[in-house]
Amino acid sequence: MAKPESELTWQDLEIGSIVTEPGNASQYRTGDWRSQRPSHDFTKCIKCGLCYIFCPEGCLGQTAEGYFEADLFYCKGCGICAQECPTGAIAMQQEEE
Amino acid sequence: MAQRLGMEVSVALGEAVKLADADVIAAYPITPQTHIVEHLAELVADGELDAEYIPVESEHSAMSACLGAAASGARTFTASAGQGLELMHEVLYVASSMRLPIVMAVVNRALSAPLSVWGDHSDAMAVRDTGWIQLFTENGQEVVDQVLCAFRIAEDRRVLLPVMVHLDGFHLSHVIEPITLPEQTQVEQFLGTNQYPLPLHPDKPVAMGDFGPPFIYTETKWAQEVNLRKSKEVVLECWQEFGRTFKRHYQPVEGYHSEDARVLLLTMGSFSETAMAAIDRMRQNGQEVGLIRLRLWRPFPFSEFRRAVKNAELLIVLDRAISFGGPGGPVCSEIRSALYNQEKRPKIVGFVGGLGGRDITVDGFEQIITRGIEIGQTGSEQEFEIFGVRE
Repeated sequence: MAKPESELTWQDLEIGSIVTEPGNASQYRTGDWRSQRPSHDFTKCIKCGLCYIFCPEGCLGQTAEGYFEADLFYCKGCGICAQECPTGAIAMQQEEE
Repeated sequence: MAQRLGMEVSVALGEAVKLADADVIAAYPITPQTHIVEHLAELVADGELDAEYIPVESEHSAMSACLGAAASGARTFTASAGQGLELMHEVLYVASSMRLPIVMAVVNRALSAPLSVWGDHSDAMAVRDTGWIQLFTENGQEVVDQVLCAFRIAEDRRVLLPVMVHLDGFHLSHVIEPITLPEQTQVEQFLGTNQYPLPLHPDKPVAMGDFGPPFIYTETKWAQEVNLRKSKEVVLECWQEFGRTFKRHYQPVEGYHSEDARVLLLTMGSFSETAMAAIDRMRQNGQEVGLIRLRLWRPFPFSEFRRAVKNAELLIVLDRAISFGGPGGPVCSEIRSALYNQEKRPKIVGFVGGLGGRDITVDGFEQIITRGIEIGQTGSEQEFEIFGVRE
């Protein structure tokens, strides 16, 4: 897409606001909905992947070492990962911004 | 050679959809629309119309199925009435916002309660702001003609909007009238094929009806509004072309002895023909009365309407629906708004009548006009008068 969606004029829109670029929802930053962020303590992480399974946003991925970490561009801060983590490796912290 | 035959208007409407060679029909039967969809189901079952007939479980599903069909590029038709139209209400907005060229016949019916299957314009007025192009018809021939025009208008590349063709329940839908069905080849030439520009297709994936955050929603709505307003030009062009091809001519606002009339009555739909008889009679008695009828309801034909009433001193508007607790009938309210800023404008008097299938006879129209003239002279403390209520 030539322009970010927030800069499109009404004339730029396709008929019926049809989206012709598949997968462009990935450009939408849902991370700024967050009031709390997950912080990961990798010394406690046993790489079980439960956080990855439970995350409703699908925003948890694995680091090169295999630890699970949230992508803060998308993470909405729901806290489900912290709730489900069996070893307490994830803690929710207030967003400062 | 096209023959003029006596047929039920609902059946003729079904034949028009067949002539248009619709690809998909999704509908739920409801009085007084039933004969239309029954006839279409029969045509499809008998192999006379090569279309997919989807018998759905509700009107909400009917319109939803139409969305999908139109999005895939199919020529799509449905019909509904009254409560059914209300049940599909939210999906109507989706159809226009997604710019899907669906054609729907609305067989105008009153809304419950009390339960009424009979005609008025309450259902039409409830869907006024759904973003559809809306046409009103007065007789069976117009119904056939406007259904054909509706497909051409809806599918025009410059329009791509759904179109409602309104016809009065029973008073029009269930009567037998002499109707000329156009020749198939002429219809094919007039309509062409549906070329929806961005259809759902695996080769070129698109997403329709996505979510629109605050940063884009205003732009989408303005694009929709500009498009609906501009569609008037295409409607006019379509009617001109229809006139050239089929020799029957249509205008957004039509007059009957209106040019030199001091007093004008405004009506919509099939009651207009009865009103014409009243105008004839009053003219014979030397009264300078005339009639104008709104055929194009959305987009509202402001310039044509203002031109049509510019010489009148009094404009009497008949609504067949009530806007409860509001400024009068919905049509009258819009008429007032359309004329408010005009330097020279007629006085406006509003009546509500013909509700829930109650007839207004020639005498009735004469009484409305006579009373309207009286109110025009004396003024009234009421926003509108209801015609024919027993006290």
